[in-house]
Amino acid sequence: MVQQLTSGERQNALVILLCVFVTGVIMAAAGGSDPLGVHGVIVLLFSAGLGALVSRSFYEPQPDPQRLSQYYDDPIKVGIALTLAWGIFGMFMGVWTAAQLAWPDLAFDAGWSSFGRLRPTHTTGVIFGFGGNALIATSFHVVQRTSRARLAGQVSPWFVLLGYNLFCILAVTGYFMGVTQSKEYAEPEWYADLWLVVVWVTFFVLYLRTLARRKEPHIYVANWYFMAFIVVVAILHIVNNLAIPVSFSQAKSYTIWAAVQDAMVQWWYGHNAVAFFLTAGFLGMLYYYLPVRAQRPIFSYRLSILSFWGITFFYMWAGSHHLHYTALPHWVQNLGMTFSVMLLVPSWASAGNALLTLNGAWHKVRDDATLRFIMVAVVFYGLSTFEGSFMAIRPVNALSHYTDWTVGHVHAGALGWVAFITFGSIYTLVPSLWKRERMYSSALVEVHFWLAVTGTLIYVFAMWNSGIIQGLMWRTYTEEGTLAYSFLDSLVAMYPYYIARAFGGLLFLLGAIVAAFNIWMTVRAVPVAAARQADVPDSGLAPGAAATPAE
Amino acid sequence: MAELFHHKLERTAIGFVIAIIAAASVGGIVEIAPLFTIHETVEDVPDMRLYTPLEQAGRNIYIREGCYACHSQMIRTLRDEVERYGPYSLAVESKYDRPMLWGSKRTGPDLARVGGKYSDFWHVAHLINPRDVVPESNMPAYRWLARTALETNDLGQHLQAQRALGVPYTDAMIANAAADAFGQAAPDSPFATGVAERYGEKTQISAFDGVVSHLTEMDALVAYLQVLGRLTDAAYSNTAAPEQAPDPTN
Repeated sequence: MVQQLTSGERQNALVILLCVFVTGVIMAAAGGSDPLGVHGVIVLLFSAGLGALVSRSFYEPQPDPQRLSQYYDDPIKVGIALTLAWGIFGMFMGVWTAAQLAWPDLAFDAGWSSFGRLRPTHTTGVIFGFGGNALIATSFHVVQRTSRARLAGQVSPWFVLLGYNLFCILAVTGYFMGVTQSKEYAEPEWYADLWLVVVWVTFFVLYLRTLARRKEPHIYVANWYFMAFIVVVAILHIVNNLAIPVSFSQAKSYTIWAAVQDAMVQWWYGHNAVAFFLTAGFLGMLYYYLPVRAQRPIFSYRLSILSFWGITFFYMWAGSHHLHYTALPHWVQNLGMTFSVMLLVPSWASAGNALLTLNGAWHKVRDDATLRFIMVAVVFYGLSTFEGSFMAIRPVNALSHYTDWTVGHVHAGALGWVAFITFGSIYTLVPSLWKRERMYSSALVEVHFWLAVTGTLIYVFAMWNSGIIQGLMWRTYTEEGTLAYSFLDSLVAMYPYYIARAFGGLLFLLGAIVAAFNIWMTVRAVPVAAARQADVPDSGLAPGAAATPAE
Repeated sequence: MAELFHHKLERTAIGFVIAIIAAASVGGIVEIAPLFTIHETVEDVPDMRLYTPLEQAGRNIYIREGCYACHSQMIRTLRDEVERYGPYSLAVESKYDRPMLWGSKRTGPDLARVGGKYSDFWHVAHLINPRDVVPESNMPAYRWLARTALETNDLGQHLQAQRALGVPYTDAMIANAAADAFGQAAPDSPFATGVAERYGEKTQISAFDGVVSHLTEMDALVAYLQVLGRLTDAAYSNTAAPEQAPDPTN
């Protein structure tokens, strides 16, 4: 890894790490016993560890100058490993929190392990740890192959990847200590948010500079989505997290938004984190790995344009559907509902475009579990975007809001769409990235597939049932015109489903562990394939050649 | 023609980025900016009071422990919600809430009007072990709150930070923040009178966790829970709700 850097680049890396280290020391000194101080120590240890790694190889021979005419894959390999590690961590936390809902004493009478603190470790672990690392790794891979250009930087890809992981570590360790802004999916405090801005701007510049080096006249569709992901997430993150800290020696801050405006900003952010993090970025993956794996060009270029701009424009209006019947003004609620329903058009255009791409390759879907991962992801994408538009309709939302139906909907998307497309992409990517002939075991891919499908279905059906039962019980009246059930009655009815949900999640976690083992063994034990050597920028026929859309 | 345009657009990365920003900005601007300019968005009420330092500290514990993940504080304008929880929530009731805690999920019941519904003693017993009071509950136990001293030294800074954002805390409130936190949980102490002076006669002054000599995180959290829905009577007077506002003095 470090060997691929020239001594000048190694020096730059050390200077950056020194700056981070000094920041850590300042945070530790200012914060003292406040969680900010603990985070200072984590920052300095993180940078010191990486500094030791760089220093150890500092005097090793210079890299082959030929490296600049090859793709830069080292950060992608580390990104894949981090994706799997965060995936297993985040899914484990999910199973644990799910179990706590059925057996509340599983918190063992400690503050750090109680449900309210563990929940964001699960959501951040899977969304930002697992999903975010997968997006960074695959975007680095896709932008190089579809542009036939090497990443425009030697140190900056590492800065983006590792800096992002430092953000995730600060986020998750903070939750255990009770550091949270309480903004859903934007819990980390002001200093972690500032750090993410630095990392994200670097990511954006790196991406644009790499695109500027492309040897293809057109920017491929997958990169449109990755660019939308990078740009819009930056806007959302900055606006939603504007806050002033109580003091510079404390982690706690107060957001500049209050009350109804805060509610709107939070859900404008929250829903578009779904849109531009969990949808746009992963559609970028779909648009590259689906055609590569199926060896078929994308069905329609026009549909790609339609769905891209539809998603980019419509999604930003939809957030207020999280606030139906609340104190948010009615006109905003109605706008949110209307655009959420219209959003079905570009969403299904994407899903349809992907499924029609598979025409002529359905026999491969039958035989190849990796392609089946991608196909099931598309089906769940279509399903959960339909469900989302449906739930955004006010009278439906009256029943579904505040219940487990929402949780079921999110997981249909997060497990069925996001995780499936990620695993499908990783199984496609790993053998080519490490230049192996194949995966270590295709049987284990098959095992993972069925564990994941079964787990997702159990989870989603449990939550659909519990959510709808809950919603109905809350609004059932007796013949005398009084409420038929107490809140507690509805809670008692949930227990069987909470147990089923934890079991479904456990199966999904087991699948992820099987995947990690299989990938580990592929890297360790599968022989190098000679035919893969053609994967260089100037070969003329990049493996992404099949990804060129049909006119 | 449109396709020709797109053919050109996708040849330039910067142009494409600008187009993305343009397309993505419209929704947010149209939906968010008017919330600051349309006056009716937040009702004007004369009796809206501020969180005391102790209640604010309790609110921060509520946030720290992630209570919002299972409890909403937003009663919707639906018949069954109004009958179950009380008058529907008004925007003004969370006017000073940074951040808002409307919530998105009810694993437990809504808390927007829980203030005054149960005694302090009930809340303490419930937080120490929910299953002692409600056998079927799946809420975590928060025993350690009763044995953790409340940090009061920086409460003035907390009020100061909120004043910078427009919450009308006075100099006297900021200067006396720590003393007021102590006084609100020690009814017979000399500090108690100042709390009522600064925050109004309706402020609940009580030995929340039953122990006057030590100010704990339990005191703060219970003080916060007991003020929920009681910062203003507007929801009872401005709506057709059948019930009376709970009397804060009993």
